[in-house]
Amino acid sequence: MKIIRVNVNGRDMEVAVDERESLADTLRERLRLTSVKKGCEVGECGACTVLVDGRAIDSCIYLAVWAEGRRVLTVEGITGPGGELSPIQQAFVEEAAIQCGFCTPGLIMTAVEIVGTGRRYTRDELRKLIAGHLCRCTGYQNILNAMERVAGVAQRVGGE
Amino acid sequence: MAVGKSVGRVDAYEKVTGRALYTEDMAPQGALVARVVRATIANGRVKGFDLAAALGVPGVVKIVTCFDVPEIDFPTAGHPWSTDTGHQDIADRRLLNRRVRVYGDDIAAIIAEDMVAASRAARLIRVEYEEYPPFTAIEQALDEHVTRLHDFAPGNVLKATEYRFGEGTFEAACEGSVVLTKDYRVQTVQHCHLELPVSFAYMEKGRVVVVSSTQIPHIVRRVVGQALGIPWGKVRVIKPYIGGGFGNKQDVLYEPLNAFLTMRVGGRPVRLELTREETMASTRVRHAMNLTIASAARPDGKLVGRKLVGYSNQGGYASHGHAIISNTASGFRHLYESQVIEARVSTVYTNIAAGGAMRGYGIPQIIFALESHMDDLALRLHMDPLALRRMNAMRPGYRDPGTGITALSSGLMACLDKGERHIRWAEKRKAYANQTGDVRRGVGMAMFSYKTGVHPISLEMASCRMLLNEDGSMQLQVGATEIGQGADTVLTQMAAESTGIPMEQVHIVSVQDTDVSPFDFGAYASRQTYVTGMAVKRTGAIFRQKILSYAAKMLDCPAEKLSLADGRVLDADGNVLLPLEALATEAVYSLKHAATHITAEASYQCEDNTFSFGCCFAEIEVDIPVGKLRVVDIINVHDSGVLINPKLAEAQVHGGMSMGLGYGLSEQLLYSEKGMPLNDNLLDYKLPTAMDTPELTVSFVETVDPTGPFGNKALGEPPAIPVAPAVRNALLHATGVAVDSLPLTPQKLVEHFMDAGLIDP
Repeated sequence: MKIIRVNVNGRDMEVAVDERESLADTLRERLRLTSVKKGCEVGECGACTVLVDGRAIDSCIYLAVWAEGRRVLTVEGITGPGGELSPIQQAFVEEAAIQCGFCTPGLIMTAVEIVGTGRRYTRDELRKLIAGHLCRCTGYQNILNAMERVAGVAQRVGGE
Repeated sequence: MAVGKSVGRVDAYEKVTGRALYTEDMAPQGALVARVVRATIANGRVKGFDLAAALGVPGVVKIVTCFDVPEIDFPTAGHPWSTDTGHQDIADRRLLNRRVRVYGDDIAAIIAEDMVAASRAARLIRVEYEEYPPFTAIEQALDEHVTRLHDFAPGNVLKATEYRFGEGTFEAACEGSVVLTKDYRVQTVQHCHLELPVSFAYMEKGRVVVVSSTQIPHIVRRVVGQALGIPWGKVRVIKPYIGGGFGNKQDVLYEPLNAFLTMRVGGRPVRLELTREETMASTRVRHAMNLTIASAARPDGKLVGRKLVGYSNQGGYASHGHAIISNTASGFRHLYESQVIEARVSTVYTNIAAGGAMRGYGIPQIIFALESHMDDLALRLHMDPLALRRMNAMRPGYRDPGTGITALSSGLMACLDKGERHIRWAEKRKAYANQTGDVRRGVGMAMFSYKTGVHPISLEMASCRMLLNEDGSMQLQVGATEIGQGADTVLTQMAAESTGIPMEQVHIVSVQDTDVSPFDFGAYASRQTYVTGMAVKRTGAIFRQKILSYAAKMLDCPAEKLSLADGRVLDADGNVLLPLEALATEAVYSLKHAATHITAEASYQCEDNTFSFGCCFAEIEVDIPVGKLRVVDIINVHDSGVLINPKLAEAQVHGGMSMGLGYGLSEQLLYSEKGMPLNDNLLDYKLPTAMDTPELTVSFVETVDPTGPFGNKALGEPPAIPVAPAVRNALLHATGVAVDSLPLTPQKLVEHFMDAGLIDP
């Protein structure tokens, strides 16, 4: 076991971890941040995406010890102190971008990263930016609508 | 009106905040973990194990092998149990199998303190096998020289059935007709729900509790009881939120083993979660099928005879067995009318993963074959494929001769009209007719019909319970499951609609717990809005009546003169007499009237069925030298009756279209000759990403079905059905090349284009 110093969702903490353990396991099992979902454990599906120093990573293939001295953000950390939804979460709700909900927290964290750049994106750029997330329920259509609402220009292509 | 409105999902907040708890999120800390030891051959028999090294791994608690499990064969299909022994699901597997029939078959299980110990132990187990030559294809399985996988299935045929309806024979219909006979093949694909199959089990007061990611908690309870040989009431199954199922979790996967394992360690909690690789290789798949279709048509296009010969690749275990290709055969019968129709279909065991339920239940397979065939036939007849379909399509009022299911409402023609207009059919069929050059465009379409629920093939029943809280709000309990499709939301809408209690005051209990929840078979067959919906409606009527009876006592007036709307008791003129809140508080705490808890519960056996319809129109562009096909525009138009929640309905269609595109263009689970899966992960198995998915357009034709609780009919599965053949037919239009198998990968297209002379060899 090794003690790491890490800021999780705005709180500085020391966590004892197994040096072999993934950040996803640390967040889920030790800190009970169960928004971090595991769908493959090899970095294929994107369900475990969290931000490390503002950058979206697959926490299942990121060792917990690498988070030493860094800031980790999960969906639990973007919900307001009174449970208020962030604009990104609100957009997912209003665009019916949620079905089974398993890919949702990871996609929201990638949206946080995208919005954090301060840039506006086209729909095609957004498609590329979320291509590391798999979703079997939505065909990505309403997820892109939600992302576009918070990070895109209202520009539709094809069929509209 | 709560029904028909695009209200937000009742679970949205929990899901965007990460607070929605899924099975693994609820597993007790310190639970033991189980890992299944898997066969490394596809066909053979386990002769023995050497467990010594594995048992020496620190952290290993127990190893159970196929020689330690009860000698009980059990069925796994998520079907209602048939009390008629002749119709019961096939029981052809044990908790752990000595006879190996699939690469990755379950032959032992390790219980350990943690996954590292379990995985280490798994690598150290030595297994001695007797090996037989494996076979993965239908043709191989039927060869008389291969081994029999199950003693009761000579020739590896699980079951074969046939039907003929109409006048005369197919051969007679061929006389003087244009006859086309062609083979079509569809591949093995996997559900790829994002949440892996996972459960945990423990014992409580002498009973076993299984918490599982399942679509069918009540059926899981029964199968756990059957598999372990214990009374069904000794089993409790709890189903939390689940991360998708698509039919894979309409099967009892590892819940019985998990229950057995906790019993073997004195009831300590044991968690059993599969990896993605195990999920793809060792749970269920959509059946690959070889389908031969023959049609006889008059020169003007009128179909006179139709015939299907089909084979389904079942894999090593029966799962849903012959039910799926039976549904394929009945789906073939429904969509078009003709004087005579016949079919012969067989389900064949092989050494690949077991075929089970998957969104559409055998219909995506037949609609690919049939709708490809209709375009091929149109080409032969020099007809417009849309005109050929309109001439022969199922008419309103059609009654299926096999089941009696009748087209009580049909928006099929209106769906075709909408799709045709959207894609600008006539204009583009003409514009793309005689293209040359490397990059070409085409438009194509396909349509379908789909049953709603499983009556009369199988039993249909659902139940519902409503409880009045002291503040006038309601607890709504159902056994029907939310699996992402939005069941909790639409059932809440229906409860509000049928009682007069506002939606915000209806609190649905999302978790199913077989100790508490009313009985329901679960999420499959696009049945819940139809069957459970009627249970909710009926319970609502009883609940409302009980509330009004109590109001009558309080107000000292006849109940018939009262009504309940928007949470208030009204008189015949619509004047508010009493807020429901006051009534509800009085009912429980009354000193004047009889204190009572107002509740209602009803079961509903559904003896109806009805057809949903729809179509897909697609425009594609194909780059011939590299075989790359791009969908330029695509629309699905559906008649699912009245839409309970249009916004969620549209979202449901998006997901189905995406699944249909994956089926059509990229997905295929591949096996080596030895039966070893080659791409059992999400990198090599090509599930569509956002970059692979075009803009998805959805439209509806709302009919009012007389049997639906609110005029509604099947919606969940249909969107996945027509997409692949529409794209295939667009490719045919663009290039003149008919590809008769899926998926339409670049490699396959290049081979076809070379054969057709579009690419120089």
